[in-house]
Amino acid sequence: MLTLIAVLAPLIGSVLAGVGRPFLGKQLAIGASILFMVVSAVAGVTSFALLVQSGVPAAPLHVAEWISVGGFTPDWSLRQDMLSLVMVAMVSAVSLVIHVYSAGYMAHDKTVPRFFSYISLFTFAMLMLVTANNLVQLFFGWEGVGLVSYLLIDYWYERPAANAAAIKAFIVNRVGDLFFAVGIALAYLVFNTISFDGIFSAVAAHAGNRYTLFGTSFPALEVISILLFIGAMGKSAQFFLHTWLADAMEGPTPISALIHAATMVAAGVFMIVRMSPVINHAPVAMDVITVIGATTAFFAGTVGCLQNDIKRIIAYSTCSQLGYMFIAAGLGAYPVAIFHLINHAFFKALLFLAAGSVIHAMSDEQDVRLMGGLWRKLPITWVMMIMGGLALAGIPPFSGYYSKDAIIDASFAAHNAVGLYGWVCGTVTAGLTAFYTARLVLLTFHGTSRAPKHVQEHVHESPWVMLVPLLVLSVGALCSGFLLRGTFIGEGFQAFWGASIAVPGTVMQSLDQVPSWAALAPLVAAIAGLAVAAIMYIFVPSLPATLAQAFRPVYLFVLNKWYFDELYDAVFVRPSLKLAKFAWRFGDEQVIDGVPSGLATLTTDASAQTVKLQTGSIALYAFVMLIGLLGFLSLFLWVR
Amino acid sequence: MNQAGFPILSLITFLPLVGVLYLATLRGDEAAVARNARFAALWTSLVVLALGIYLWTAFNPAVAGFQFVETVPWLTGLEVQYRMGVDGISLFLILLTLFITPIAILSAWPIKRRVREFMIAFLLLETMMVGMFAALDFVVFYIFFEAVLLPMYLIIGIWGGEKRIFAAVKFFIFTLAGSLFMLLALVWMWRNAGTTDIVTLLHTPIPPRIQMWLFIAFLASFGVKAAVWPLHTWLPDAYGEAPLPGTIMLAAVMSKMGAYGFLRFAAPMLPQASAAAAPLMFTLGVVAVIYVSYVALAQTDMKRMIAYSSVAHMGVIIIGIFTFTVEGVEGALFQMLSHGIVIAGLFICSGILLARGETMALSRLGGLAQKMPVYAAALMLFSLANMGLPGTSGFIGEILVIVGALKVNFWVSLLGAAGMVLGAAYMLVLLRAVLFDKYTRPELAGLKDLTAGEYAMLVPLAVMVLWLGIYPSSFTHIFDAPVTAMVQAHVAALAPHTAIAMVSK
Repeated sequence: MLTLIAVLAPLIGSVLAGVGRPFLGKQLAIGASILFMVVSAVAGVTSFALLVQSGVPAAPLHVAEWISVGGFTPDWSLRQDMLSLVMVAMVSAVSLVIHVYSAGYMAHDKTVPRFFSYISLFTFAMLMLVTANNLVQLFFGWEGVGLVSYLLIDYWYERPAANAAAIKAFIVNRVGDLFFAVGIALAYLVFNTISFDGIFSAVAAHAGNRYTLFGTSFPALEVISILLFIGAMGKSAQFFLHTWLADAMEGPTPISALIHAATMVAAGVFMIVRMSPVINHAPVAMDVITVIGATTAFFAGTVGCLQNDIKRIIAYSTCSQLGYMFIAAGLGAYPVAIFHLINHAFFKALLFLAAGSVIHAMSDEQDVRLMGGLWRKLPITWVMMIMGGLALAGIPPFSGYYSKDAIIDASFAAHNAVGLYGWVCGTVTAGLTAFYTARLVLLTFHGTSRAPKHVQEHVHESPWVMLVPLLVLSVGALCSGFLLRGTFIGEGFQAFWGASIAVPGTVMQSLDQVPSWAALAPLVAAIAGLAVAAIMYIFVPSLPATLAQAFRPVYLFVLNKWYFDELYDAVFVRPSLKLAKFAWRFGDEQVIDGVPSGLATLTTDASAQTVKLQTGSIALYAFVMLIGLLGFLSLFLWVR
Repeated sequence: MNQAGFPILSLITFLPLVGVLYLATLRGDEAAVARNARFAALWTSLVVLALGIYLWTAFNPAVAGFQFVETVPWLTGLEVQYRMGVDGISLFLILLTLFITPIAILSAWPIKRRVREFMIAFLLLETMMVGMFAALDFVVFYIFFEAVLLPMYLIIGIWGGEKRIFAAVKFFIFTLAGSLFMLLALVWMWRNAGTTDIVTLLHTPIPPRIQMWLFIAFLASFGVKAAVWPLHTWLPDAYGEAPLPGTIMLAAVMSKMGAYGFLRFAAPMLPQASAAAAPLMFTLGVVAVIYVSYVALAQTDMKRMIAYSSVAHMGVIIIGIFTFTVEGVEGALFQMLSHGIVIAGLFICSGILLARGETMALSRLGGLAQKMPVYAAALMLFSLANMGLPGTSGFIGEILVIVGALKVNFWVSLLGAAGMVLGAAYMLVLLRAVLFDKYTRPELAGLKDLTAGEYAMLVPLAVMVLWLGIYPSSFTHIFDAPVTAMVQAHVAALAPHTAIAMVSK
């Protein structure tokens, strides 16, 4: 029941803020949205706490019938196992914090109730996603969060860049969703049900099923897992389908924090973990997940080092951290993936909100090259940013250290080629992460200010309505690591997660058996990254330019984000538009329509004459119809 | 006689004619006649809708066969009877017709010229369409099927846009040419079975060799009506040039006549031919989805873009029907219902701009979300439904067809679902061009948001979109039984032949 309240309260808040706006007025509309979010967060965290206390998950809560066709019977129902409730607690809590922050950040905007309506709607969709009890409801939440993400990227719809970014985000996500939908269909074909319980209990029975594609027979579960993972790649901005995430930063900053960092983009990881009983039977798919995750982590890490937009740096770091989560998921270390997901939600939301505070102070300036020396004027924001940064960089005792190290340990412990690839990428990326985080902080807060004079004069610390959420999140960034470590991935992890996650073999036990040099490597890399950043941006400020000159091709390659946008534009976007024009102008108008239109034109002349004479005479048409009927009847009589 | 106790189907079918008679007797100055004609037509359609809802409540969804059957001897020497009856499939198409008609009549309010004649044509159209869906005799069906053309031809030809005559003639020729083939098929089947009773025809086996020819004839006829690629090119012209109410009826209901024909005649009466032609139909459906979506993407006119999106969705419906799985066929049916409502909403949204004297050229619109937020929300909702977002009506049909198609072939499923991506592409382009960015012209800032009449059209449609998306079971229950029976009959009809084929090998 609490779960139901947690899920539905944001929906009510959203409707009140959106539809009720004309009747409630601006302040009340915002207030309603926040109030229902408080209800949701209290209910969400309480239901999680109750489950932790009792240890026995309640049965899924059946709400209503949805589709019921043949054996395809997804219902509206809420799953209440540990995995779901951990996510519910995190999502509702972080969302509440960001609701409060937005009340300050968006105060000067003209259509704030619309904003609040959207983020409440988002929270509802996200909670539907994490509490789904079947694949189709998960897909409902999945597409729902995608929709709200589109609406919020496009929140300032007068901006052409926002429009383009929003469309890009939606379409790239839809490419993933297309495969996800077909994956659902294939799961239904194999299991003849799409409820999680039904699928999970039948996995063993169908492990040997084959499915033929490209003339070759594949294990059916592998195909399903790959299809679902492609969906996850779209949502979680993994390599090949990552291009939308950086552009999505066109949206207001609280959105970047909530949707494009803490919750929605992690949905892909959540989905893979949710499907763990199936994924476990698809070893090839698991390797693919790890490889894609590791590649993304490294790729985004390199790109993050050279970005100059404060939000884009953090966006690429999100992409990279999601890659880490997939490394863990692909190795079967699902609890570690979720551990990192939760930690990441807190410190990444903190980083984004702190960045928002900086942007707010700098009169909407986002280019780090035009900042500098802000720490005196924004002391609280500065401390917050450093805490978030250290957590991201994986420096103990901040939360990122515990989960990121566990992921890298797990990849080392896998003792195979894929694991080794994950370990190398993970360790190198740990260094890169520390480097760009330090670069971000140093360029923004230290040195001398490079901002124009009139901007400098207006720099001010944010109001408390924005700072308190930062403080709350910073507690999470500091504590969630060592507080949750024992429970989430420690000895008793199996008892904690119960049946909600199926961990294969002894992945989790092997975490502690990694040799100390391998376990220390990521921390050493991170400290090295920090040191390099300090050298380049404090002690030898001319070094970055010199290096860029010396390694120009590499520099350009990374600066242009490995040329993915250009490649996709040349391969998909422009040919598609050309093809569209061609199909219309040539295919439809010339070829298919040519012959019959010629006929029509011939008769048009004749009928135009008739119409002129009779101005569309009904008599004529009645006559025609009569003739037709006569002909019809005579035909009958004739064959009779 | 039937469970309603009175000939309810005939009443629903011919009640609009009473309205026509009343309209014909209206006298007075032109403005008064126009006003009375509008209200008379609206009230007539609402009364008919009320009867339709009664029909729905009285209908027993557990029965697969026809209900409310009425039989009156007609051309006795020819074994032709006037027979009416509904099963779950035709019932919900009748409900769709009855639901859309009052909304279309409301959308005719801005029409100023020859209002009485327009309303007469419109009520005639309603009679013909309901009669066609309710007919249980092939001859009766054929007469209604053809007769639908006439009022629609008049509506396009007299009240249409600039190129109305061209569009009307093209529409007429295409559909008439198609139905002549059906007439031939009808005659053959009538000779074969000795009756034109549809229920008897459904159980009269036809040699597979002949089935192929009959199927081609049906394809020509229903394919044109359903705008199956490449028989679709009359559609953008007709949709584009027809007056708004005409476009709504064409897109929402008349395009379903073809799909209904496939479901009622082609598939169950010609099982072998349908099974043999399924790959062809899948190809046509997939091409429609992909190729036509591309064409839609290239459009520069709002109404035409919506028109092409309609063709793309018909492709999904065709794929669903020919999967011959319960999921696929019900998905196709659901998509028909959803598409009817969504496309009506989209065309009304375009009509709202026309009524404010705006152009349909996408390059000359933009920024409307600022001053018309409710309009923006409505257009957004229908667009999302059109691209199949879960929670809206469009999703249910789409996912069911994907699931049904996957039971047949992976690629049909994947390519047929490609509309998810391509549909999103052109709908988002449309939304951006109409609602977002800055005003392309200063006059756009002066547009007013929805009027009461426009609310009256859009709110019922929006409610239906959400109802269908959130609780589709209230509708799938109607056609569960007949579809299951149909799929079973199809499988059973194919089984002995395949068995024989295997033995003979």
